Amino acid sequence: MVSRNTDTLPNPIRPAFDTGQTEGSVIVNIGPSHPATHGTIQIVAEISGERVLRTDVHCGYLHRGFEKECESHTWHNLIPYVDRLNYCSALINDFAYCEAVEKLMEIEITPRCRYLRTLLSEYSRIADHLTCVAAALMELGAMTAFLYLVTIRDYVYEHLADLTGARVTYSYGRIGGLSHDVPDSWLVRLAEILDEMDTFVDRVHGLVDRNRIFIDRMRDVGVLTTAEAINWGFTGPILRSTGAARDLRKDTPYLAYAELDFEVPTGIKGDNYDRYYVRMRELDESRHMIRQLVDMLEPGPVSVDDRRCTLPAKELVYNEIESLINHFKLVMEGPQVPPGEVYSAHEAANGELGFYLVSVGGGVPWKVHVRSPSFVHMGGVHRMLDGYQLADIIPTFGSVNMIGGECDR
Amino acid sequence: MGTPQQVFDRINSSLGASVLESSVAHGILALTVEAGRVGEIARALKDDFGFDMFLDVTAVDWPERKPRFDVVYHFYSTSDHVRVRVKTRVPAEDPVVDTLVPLYGSARYMERECHEMYGIVFRGNDDLRPLLLYEGFVGHPLRKDYPKRKEQPLVPYRK
Amino acid sequence: MTGSTAAGHERSAAFEYLTTKKDEFVGWARKFSLFPYPFVTACCAMEFMSVSSTLYDTDRFGAALPRFTPRQSDLLMVVGTVTHKQAPILKKVYEQMCEPKWVIAFGVCASSGGFYQNYAALPGIDKIIPVDLYIPGCPPRPEMVIDGIMKLQDRIARDRHPIINRDF
Repeated sequence: MVSRNTDTLPNPIRPAFDTGQTEGSVIVNIGPSHPATHGTIQIVAEISGERVLRTDVHCGYLHRGFEKECESHTWHNLIPYVDRLNYCSALINDFAYCEAVEKLMEIEITPRCRYLRTLLSEYSRIADHLTCVAAALMELGAMTAFLYLVTIRDYVYEHLADLTGARVTYSYGRIGGLSHDVPDSWLVRLAEILDEMDTFVDRVHGLVDRNRIFIDRMRDVGVLTTAEAINWGFTGPILRSTGAARDLRKDTPYLAYAELDFEVPTGIKGDNYDRYYVRMRELDESRHMIRQLVDMLEPGPVSVDDRRCTLPAKELVYNEIESLINHFKLVMEGPQVPPGEVYSAHEAANGELGFYLVSVGGGVPWKVHVRSPSFVHMGGVHRMLDGYQLADIIPTFGSVNMIGGECDR
Repeated sequence: MGTPQQVFDRINSSLGASVLESSVAHGILALTVEAGRVGEIARALKDDFGFDMFLDVTAVDWPERKPRFDVVYHFYSTSDHVRVRVKTRVPAEDPVVDTLVPLYGSARYMERECHEMYGIVFRGNDDLRPLLLYEGFVGHPLRKDYPKRKEQPLVPYRK
Repeated sequence: MTGSTAAGHERSAAFEYLTTKKDEFVGWARKFSLFPYPFVTACCAMEFMSVSSTLYDTDRFGAALPRFTPRQSDLLMVVGTVTHKQAPILKKVYEQMCEPKWVIAFGVCASSGGFYQNYAALPGIDKIIPVDLYIPGCPPRPEMVIDGIMKLQDRIARDRHPIINRDF
């Protein structure tokens, strides 16, 4: 069946420029379906020879209507939607959202839950950094490093699937705690995986760090200064690569970060090489934090004993009428959150992930807004692309780690 | 410099006359200002109080209330590690606020998104093209009167 | 090719035997040399990366080498949610591919829209292009993807492969 349809398909965007400013320049479209852009992003670039003169970045090809969906689901039922924002490190999104709702409800989570959430956030951060570095290296041609990192990431996925039931999008956080407790055998496998990860990460360091080709392609490419980065809203590893040691885990500690001993790695110049190295160092710091947290864990309840949000135990639900009604109301109407608004931010793998929630009382939110780091970075990424070569767009974009689900929501 | 409460007290004492309401909840100072004064309050926060990072601008739709929209800004100070929320109210007939693009580069994309989702016009931002939505999309989907399932397909469905 | 005499009837049987064998041979060749075009959008990309890598290998099935231009590929794997903004691009990529081509809807968002039933997401890519195989899951486990590819390979093996047809 051959389509002879010669009607043109509609163009979903309006580029900012469609004629060149300088003589001899060409407008090129680096389209939304492209092998080397992570997720769907369109860059309309004006190039003169191989130099990029100016770019216009178009995101939104993965806009799935997250905010509108959230307004028609209960506070608990929208946790799967929250998962799929930054799908590389889904647990961080879960816990950031749950903490925002817990602030509105003025619930304090149990100590075991606090440590577990911190541990799993760092574990998710590891998965995200592994994905970002693996994809960035693959685009430069380093297939071996990609395969090493994706193999160890697969071990992490299988391990989290043992705990939560899913490999990529977990929906493990609950308002007031976690879905279920972590068994001790899980922690045994965790130690094994962290040791294996040491080996794999060392191999990648050996392949790439002092590699002439890698340094030539990544050093002094996509340079950003600290003042520029703050003006354009960059947070997370990108801001840290410019030299500013800004990390929400140290500046405004939340969960159990105040009790942990860790460093905030920073870069020197703010170029691609620094962003790669900051992420690799953060992998080391995360492993160090997880090892400390495993020692700090103590047995105890994992969900807070509060009828407003925690489902009662099954034996009670089947035997007592109050628990049955409580369970029914929590599932059908959702946890009743008092009216108010809150903005709560966590340090996600890409930067500051903030949730702005507006509640009018009741089990369904009035508004759930995500301040996603990738979206804000898309506003400023042209500062890192303009003036460099066309082939530099690929590694620069890879080092920015734009996650489509988070950028477009 | 100082603890969050000291910073909030300094802001309240200095800007107290220009804001309509001020309160502290869940660790954030929330200021409600008139729509026309958003630009000067933002400039004061940036220049005098060190709120150098613009986090977010979004809007909240209250269809039963006049004025209908709340436009909500969040700012962060990387040196004091505190956040401030600035809220203003705009009516549905004339939802215009001043843009913050001259102060913060990151405002460009965030104002574009707020415009296409709610219809808030940012006076001074000349680039309010659709960002997350596409050309040809009619309406502002995050308003409460836009039905969630109303699709506007670009490519006609087969069979 | 049709004949009513006895001799003509035998000749057409031999011809049918040859064309059947030709179809089997071409089907075998085509099923083990799939060139996927990974039209990757969302979270299913994580599982696509996993299924292409060493632990669950698509290279065993001959479907390892992605060709990132539709002109050179024959298997369009739509991985992840397709939104209305992305729909014209998907249609254009599909139309640029040459025959024979197959389409896999990878993940439940590509199959039916998933749980994004709102103004932004296309409720399944079969609204705009024909789909040969649906792999549900959010995201599907790599084993499911491999099972899906094997089913598609069975289908390609059993299919008719006219070498010369009217549109050639």
